[in-house]
Amino acid sequence: MMAAHPTLSNTRPEQLIACPFCDALHLRARVKVGQRARCSRCHTVLMAPRAGSYLQVITLSLSVVILMGSAVFFPFLTIAVAGVSRTTSVYEVAFAYSDGILQPLSFVVLAVIMLVPTLRAALLIYAIWPLAHGRPPFARATTALRLAETARPWSMAEVFVFGTSVALVKIAGLATVSLGPAFWAFCGLVLLLTLNEHAICKWTLWQDLEDSARP
Amino acid sequence: MTAQAAHLIGCRTCGRVWPEGTPTCGRCGARLRAIRDGHSLQAVWAWLLAGMVCYVPANLYPMLNTSTLLDKTTNTVIGGAVELWQGGNYGVAAIVFVASVMIPIGKFIAIGWLALAIGHQNIPGRHRHLRLLHIVEFIGRWSMVDVFVVAILSALVQLGVVATIEPGPAAASFALSVAFTMLSAQSFDPRTIWTTRTP
Ligand SMILES: [Zn+2]
Ligand SMILES: [Zn+2]
Repeated sequence: MMAAHPTLSNTRPEQLIACPFCDALHLRARVKVGQRARCSRCHTVLMAPRAGSYLQVITLSLSVVILMGSAVFFPFLTIAVAGVSRTTSVYEVAFAYSDGILQPLSFVVLAVIMLVPTLRAALLIYAIWPLAHGRPPFARATTALRLAETARPWSMAEVFVFGTSVALVKIAGLATVSLGPAFWAFCGLVLLLTLNEHAICKWTLWQDLEDSARP
Repeated sequence: MTAQAAHLIGCRTCGRVWPEGTPTCGRCGARLRAIRDGHSLQAVWAWLLAGMVCYVPANLYPMLNTSTLLDKTTNTVIGGAVELWQGGNYGVAAIVFVASVMIPIGKFIAIGWLALAIGHQNIPGRHRHLRLLHIVEFIGRWSMVDVFVVAILSALVQLGVVATIEPGPAAASFALSVAFTMLSAQSFDPRTIWTTRTP
């Protein structure tokens, strides 16, 4: 637990942090790698730094970008019934909603399953790259990280893979379906995105960004 | 001691603390909001209402139009789950029903309940309510699953006269309902759970 200090009101604001979930004030402290700091009031985990996490985040994020790039073009699923067959890519899946009033939904689907996860990975690389190499951060690295945070709930690649398995069950009785390379790429992406989520300690990252920006 | 009591304002994005009245966080650039700023609660209700309104046509209109050699059928959200159930896929039917019906309705009730209960909670109640808000925020995205299922089926099943599946208008209002409800949950400032109502 983080110390809730009785005389915090006399402390300078830059030495304090406030819990975003209950507003409790805590003294800003370095949390050791492997330890977890919980809020003294609402018990939410505020910091849980990991060893070597910056290089890990960069590796994972780069892999996300590369894998996503290949998942767009490769075949996703192939269906065959009564001698007729059809192969579809993820891109075509998004543009299934291209008729009339449903058209905007195509862009939404494309955004939440591909663009947002890729953008988030790219923003993280931009914000973290100099930190991993012990240099001061790039210009507007804080804006990049804030955007990455805003995008987080809208990254739905894992929900899409889950939807794919539901769709497979729905047509399993009617036709033969074979899984293409893009399907396996998406399964890999879900794994990478999950690992990436757990490699990042948000508040340690914000502190490091601030500290390394100082001359 | 809270930041508010110390006449400070905490950044909800990065945790940095600033003197009361500071407009934006100097560390991350996020807008700083005071807890008693009624704005956040208004946004919660507005998005929640929009989400509930969109959920009605999402259930009345067809989600899927299927045409095969023999017949044409349309399926609503609930109809799709029922069909899976009748086909013997009980597990998947249950998952679709939970993701498309129970989670959205549960979220409407949960967010409304959390918003109404602000200032009326004892300490264990506050802990429970914060946990409920975390669950609502975590689970929000998973309601989108039916929109993806419809997209995949419509893209794949384009086999001319043999079988064709087209998306129905309910998909759009369903997606909007999920997005609005997510925005409602995101607008909810969990720090208000810990405030006590002053008459
Ligand atoms: Zn707290
Ligand atoms: Zn901030």
